[in-house]
Amino acid sequence: MTAGPVIPTFGHGSTCVKENHTFCWDWVHAHWGDTLQPALVQHLELTAIAIVIGFAIAFPLALLAHRFRPLEQPVGIASALLYTIPSLALFQILIPFTGLTRTTVEIALVSYTLVILFPNILAGLRSAPPDVLEAARGMGLTSRQVLTSVELPLAVPSIIGGLRIAVVSTIAVATIAAFLLPDGLGYPIFVALNQPVPFKTEIYAAGALAVGLAIACDFLLVALRRALVRWKTV
Amino acid sequence: MSDASEIVFDHVTKRYAGRDQAALDDLTLEIPAGTFCVLVGPSGGGKTTALKMVNRLIPFDAGDIRIDGRSIRDIPVVELRRGIGYVIQQIGLFPHMTIGENIGTVPRLLGWSKVRIRERSAELLALVGLEPSDAARYPSQLSGGQRQRVGLARALAADPPLLLMDEPFGALDPITRLRLQHELRRLHREVGKTIVFVTHDVDEAITLGDRIAILREGGVLAQYDTPDAILGHPADDFVKRFVGEDRALRRLALRTLHDVPLSGGGGNGPRLAVTTSLRNAVSQMLEVNADNVVVIGDDGRELGVLRLDDVATVL
Repeated sequence: MTAGPVIPTFGHGSTCVKENHTFCWDWVHAHWGDTLQPALVQHLELTAIAIVIGFAIAFPLALLAHRFRPLEQPVGIASALLYTIPSLALFQILIPFTGLTRTTVEIALVSYTLVILFPNILAGLRSAPPDVLEAARGMGLTSRQVLTSVELPLAVPSIIGGLRIAVVSTIAVATIAAFLLPDGLGYPIFVALNQPVPFKTEIYAAGALAVGLAIACDFLLVALRRALVRWKTV
Repeated sequence: MSDASEIVFDHVTKRYAGRDQAALDDLTLEIPAGTFCVLVGPSGGGKTTALKMVNRLIPFDAGDIRIDGRSIRDIPVVELRRGIGYVIQQIGLFPHMTIGENIGTVPRLLGWSKVRIRERSAELLALVGLEPSDAARYPSQLSGGQRQRVGLARALAADPPLLLMDEPFGALDPITRLRLQHELRRLHREVGKTIVFVTHDVDEAITLGDRIAILREGGVLAQYDTPDAILGHPADDFVKRFVGEDRALRRLALRTLHDVPLSGGGGNGPRLAVTTSLRNAVSQMLEVNADNVVVIGDDGRELGVLRLDDVATVL
């Protein structure tokens, strides 16, 4: 299941690269355009697709479970079960159906986001204090108005909290897509590991980009929270 | 909408499943328009249950509740609630909305224009003793007393003819509570709404109510009358115990020197303003061992003398 012949990425170039020193800036500079940047963009795509689809599934499920309490347990257990399957095993299960494609990778990534997003969105919807809900009903808000103008706004901090965890963990997990496809920041790492001697610079550079991407996304979500949640001082 | 609504409880009964005792047992109560009616009693007396039936947060099993002659079952529930101000002990302000937005909730539901809502909200902030600048603040930035003022302003926003208040001051410190009680009385005189107010505190009931309904365990109405009549003629031993052994003193607290016949000159006791309560007057006499007080009018003239011996005759 390796992806084609391994192209040597070192063995030529500077002394630093030839001697496989800890980190060679010149290699990063030379291969930014053909290796690292495309991998970074693919990684962002893998993550964004997983989060968007995961949210699109988890949100309505949480709304349903909020309205119909008995739904919570089955959904929770199903998503937790999915989460316990090791990703490599999940790939093996999916390959006969969806092949060596991004679809296979995304199915795995999406199922992992569900276990984080579903309970967080649900907890957010339930976080409206009983007195606030009683006042809302007592003033004549319909149940739809209670949802849209009370429960949903109050759920925003919890929803964004869930998104932060889901995004950061998806960025980490998405590196294993490289077991299937030349896709994402996992791929340069995978390639470097498969050299006769693992090529340190490529591993560290790709790893650092993954960490940087996670920090940047997290920062954006914190900023989003700050913009949306002006009523809470945290 | 009229200025105030008349509410009638007509043989209303409520039982909760799995409980032998009724929550409310055949309650019949007529609350004339503009009355400040206090429902008081021990826990289990069904007073909150009765209150929440009026805006249909709790359904009843039998009987009927009518507002201005119209059964609340015949009014669409959302319309009914938007026409009733509702204040609860935990206040229930929307934490994600500013004070101004909180106050504007019902007007917004009723489709008022933004300008009208803003004007109304400013007017109400002034009415409940808050600053215009408070409109932009969030509930978490206010003290408990300020929050309950906002709760009251929010309930009054659409000028409803009826206010339901469920132990609104129960969670406040005694000083704030006293101040808000005073202001609520003033507000009631100013706006003339019908108020149904639930409390377990007899003192609060006597201070606030034009009429007091005492409910005992099992949701039975023990007595429904003016504070003075309840203190003067408690219907039974339960009411006697509930209002306390010092009910004569409490009655004195309800009256001022203005309300009693005074005798002519010859007084040498403390000089008190005519607005002083009889209870305070008696207290002052006992304090300096005098047997009379000299009553002074608003203009500073002596109006007459009240003797200690005469106090009992006014009860």
